[in-house]
Amino acid sequence: MNWILLLEQTLNGFQFGILLFLLAAGLTLIFGIMDLINLAHGSLYMMGAYFAATFTQWTDSFLLGALLALPACMLFGVILERIALRTLYTRSHLDQVLATFGLILFFNEFVRLIWGPIGLDIPLPGLLSGSVELFFGIRYPAFRLVIIAVGILVAFLLYLLVSKTRIGMLIRAGASNRQMVSALGININLLYTIVFGLGAALAGLAGLMAAPIMTVEIGMGEEILIVTFVVIVIGGVGSIKGAFVAALIVGFIDTVGRSFLPDILGLFFSNDVADTAAPAISSMLIYILMALILAIKPQGLFPPKGA
Amino acid sequence: MNFSPRTSIIALLIIGLGAVPIIAAGIDEPFYTVLFSRMLILSIGAVSLNLILGFGGMVSFGHAVYLGIGSYVVGIGTFHAIEDGVQWMGNGFIHMGIAVGVSALAGLVIGAISLRTRGVYFIMITLAFSQMFYFIAVGNENYGGDDGLSLYMRSDFAGLLDLSNDNTLYYLNFVVLLASLYISHRLTNSRFGMVIRGTKSNEQRMKSIGFPVFRYRLVAFIIAGAICGLAGVLSANQTDFVSPAVMHWTRSGDLIIMTVLGGLGTLFGPVIGAVAFLFLEELLSGFTEYWQLIFGPMLVLVVIFARGGIDGMLVGLDRWWNRLNIINKEGDL
Amino acid sequence: MKLGILGTLSLAAMLISQVALAETVKIGFVTTLTGGAGAIGNDMRDAVELALDHLGRKMGGSDVKMFYEDDTFKPAVGKQKTEKLVKKDKVHFVTGYIWSHVLLASRNSVVGKGPFMITSNAGPGPVAGKLCHEDFFSTSWQNDQTTMAMGEVLNQLGIKNLYIMAPNYAAGKSMVKGVSRTFKGKIIGKDMTKFPAQLDFSAELAKIRAAKPDAVFVFYPGKHGMQFFKQYSQAGLKGEIPLYSAFTVDSLSLPRLKDLAYGSLMTQFWAPDLDNAVNKRFVADYRKKTGRYPTFYAAQSYDTIMLINSAVTAVGGDLSNKDGMRNAMRKANFPSIRGPFKYGNNHFPIQNFYLRKVVKDADGNFTTSIVKTVYTNHQDPYAKDCKMSW
Repeated sequence: MNWILLLEQTLNGFQFGILLFLLAAGLTLIFGIMDLINLAHGSLYMMGAYFAATFTQWTDSFLLGALLALPACMLFGVILERIALRTLYTRSHLDQVLATFGLILFFNEFVRLIWGPIGLDIPLPGLLSGSVELFFGIRYPAFRLVIIAVGILVAFLLYLLVSKTRIGMLIRAGASNRQMVSALGININLLYTIVFGLGAALAGLAGLMAAPIMTVEIGMGEEILIVTFVVIVIGGVGSIKGAFVAALIVGFIDTVGRSFLPDILGLFFSNDVADTAAPAISSMLIYILMALILAIKPQGLFPPKGA
Repeated sequence: MNFSPRTSIIALLIIGLGAVPIIAAGIDEPFYTVLFSRMLILSIGAVSLNLILGFGGMVSFGHAVYLGIGSYVVGIGTFHAIEDGVQWMGNGFIHMGIAVGVSALAGLVIGAISLRTRGVYFIMITLAFSQMFYFIAVGNENYGGDDGLSLYMRSDFAGLLDLSNDNTLYYLNFVVLLASLYISHRLTNSRFGMVIRGTKSNEQRMKSIGFPVFRYRLVAFIIAGAICGLAGVLSANQTDFVSPAVMHWTRSGDLIIMTVLGGLGTLFGPVIGAVAFLFLEELLSGFTEYWQLIFGPMLVLVVIFARGGIDGMLVGLDRWWNRLNIINKEGDL
Repeated sequence: MKLGILGTLSLAAMLISQVALAETVKIGFVTTLTGGAGAIGNDMRDAVELALDHLGRKMGGSDVKMFYEDDTFKPAVGKQKTEKLVKKDKVHFVTGYIWSHVLLASRNSVVGKGPFMITSNAGPGPVAGKLCHEDFFSTSWQNDQTTMAMGEVLNQLGIKNLYIMAPNYAAGKSMVKGVSRTFKGKIIGKDMTKFPAQLDFSAELAKIRAAKPDAVFVFYPGKHGMQFFKQYSQAGLKGEIPLYSAFTVDSLSLPRLKDLAYGSLMTQFWAPDLDNAVNKRFVADYRKKTGRYPTFYAAQSYDTIMLINSAVTAVGGDLSNKDGMRNAMRKANFPSIRGPFKYGNNHFPIQNFYLRKVVKDADGNFTTSIVKTVYTNHQDPYAKDCKMSW
């Protein structure tokens, strides 16, 4: 076993997990409080990346571009909530899945119309485009370290927001008992808008941070959306803590599985079998994990109290 | 007989579907036989999904798995029939039998685990299973992996049917569709169907009456899977090609859209939905490259405003027609 | 009702087609026009249009009608679009095809059904070998050839330990096979990544660093190539372990990669500076038209149209004379961007392969330039499996 490799892969898994958490936090809040399955959450991730790419071009600075993209995403989310999603809160899950599936199609084409079919890329400032030497001689891409740092910071701020502020109290109350919150005379519409805007900004943040590593392109939110759903279901829908733990687990399993599974399988099977089976099995790992967890705990790892 | 507008339109649709190859041959456009053939196959898939989604309220987001299973049975079978000369593996009856059997088995496994959960967890776990099957197909290098498998022959029905003729295949699809409609009709109007419908509106009550709800749901889940597996067999023959894409999660989404678009929990709704879906796709994509820009919001509007789908609109049409008739009759008086 | 409309429309279309005197040459072109790979399809379309301009938009006196179809990078969709071209639009030639898996899925809908099929890029083994067909031609190469040339180059450079990465689809597999055919050292690591879903190569790059190979060889067409080069550099591997590639750095990615790819080596059957009159005119006019250097995809697409023109001209526009057109195409008697070449028995070109390097031109634009010839008149290894002879 190569421990340094394992350590580096753990970092990679952690970085992927952090991205997943940013997406999952918004999705799980929206689900927990508004009872809305929003498939279009991946579109918000995509919009974050496109906004950041455009603003980076205008301002010639990734940092400024990113800072402008966040409020843009939040605004976009608020408008989306007001126009399209508000009517869906009282509908069945099936209706929500369908309508937001329709929104995915719409946003993909919308982006194609505005930004063209080809996709964009975001150049990183020189400082971030290289690698940094960590302990044990591990060189690690600087930008990925930034993602990890930003993600931890956001998770911490989110923790403070949810557990220490009045808004956070309402969010927690909303996640465990929606009727009660509205019965207490809280302006529930405003709370919904705030939560949705927050979720949109978090998704946008994930999108703009993923953009320089991957490319900014149409449909970029769809693959990761499914994984995000896996995360919130494993974590327990509505639970931020669950989303955080599950995101890290999924990120770790996915990355480390991809890296070590061929070797592990190679111990039991011939190299040919291991080579061909490993990619398929490593892609399946997180779904197997989810099916296992749901078979044992049908409400996920950390179901919110009272749900 | 009651010839309300709804009955007439549905009857016209079914008769029209039956006449497609003749009309297509008449205007020398065999392409339309292929297009409508796809509509029939997806109709079968949608009819089967409707059994659990429409009547039973089980939102399965992984129904395309069975399309994949059926397709791969044909793909793998004909592959060995051609490559290794194993005659029986190209036999269509065997394909259908195995596809139904394996789909039912998959339905049993998926259902037994998934049906323990409710709501969004059920949606997600069915999705997870479909992703697993998807990746199994992707990883199966012997049968093309991600690239898929081209079929060099169609299922062989021992001289009884020659599927290499597109019209023969079309009528096979048509017959299977009629059969699945018949099964759907018989099932939903049986005692079994009543229980399934009962669990949709009030599961607790059905339980307290003493029905083993879980087992009833599981059986429905298995039957739906088996019928859809049959659609998979037809689909592979139609496209002469099998790839993991047939069971991608967006395919499952398409099936749900078709069912809802046509009208949930009605006998002919899924057929109307599948035909309308593919027709719109063909029409809009010919009209503009950005057809999804129109299709997406249309879907949202259908969900928000037309809750019964197209069939629901037809029911509305019937009501208006009846009112008109009553007014006319009153006029007569 | 619906049928009525469709029927009337097609009746009208039939009437119109009967009014036209000489039969229009109908060419279907299946490529990727949307998503990250859309840039490639766009480039190919530009080259096709340029070729038609050069021909005065006529072939053998007949008008030409192009049908561009978007395969959206998916075999099933490409197959469906191909079916439509053959059955509905009734084209005479089905061409294009960037991706091997799309081509393999679509092949059966064309060959033996009437039209000729000409691949403008993809060259998977089966269609060059066992599945070769009298109605199937290539204006590109067979997948293995380019990486076989790379294997030779690596031998000459004295590379002992090689790490290979490629996407896990038909072409990725044959590219890897190609380099393994000729590379004499040891392949100490190989990663086949999910395609096109996987764009983050962090886990694989960590493995490369741990394996410490003498060199890394990758095949990542389209945007994946750009991502790979970016991440390779971000991980600090550029400058530590030399990176060689095939079909990964092209004229679409170079303006975005710039210095990240500067000096990078690859093998290819063609380069923008390949010295012949046809190529010079093609590159100059293409740059004038689009402001970009053409990609190899564009060059091959240009050749596709020229090959079709040679066939249609040879039979004087009589598109029912398929034997005449086939015989004309077998002669490869057209001005090709690669210079004169011959077709092998399997209808794949027997041609040279070169080592190319990323350089800057006089204006500071990044482009590729030929370093040396690796293979002269090279035939693909599948030709011997093809039973066709003529």
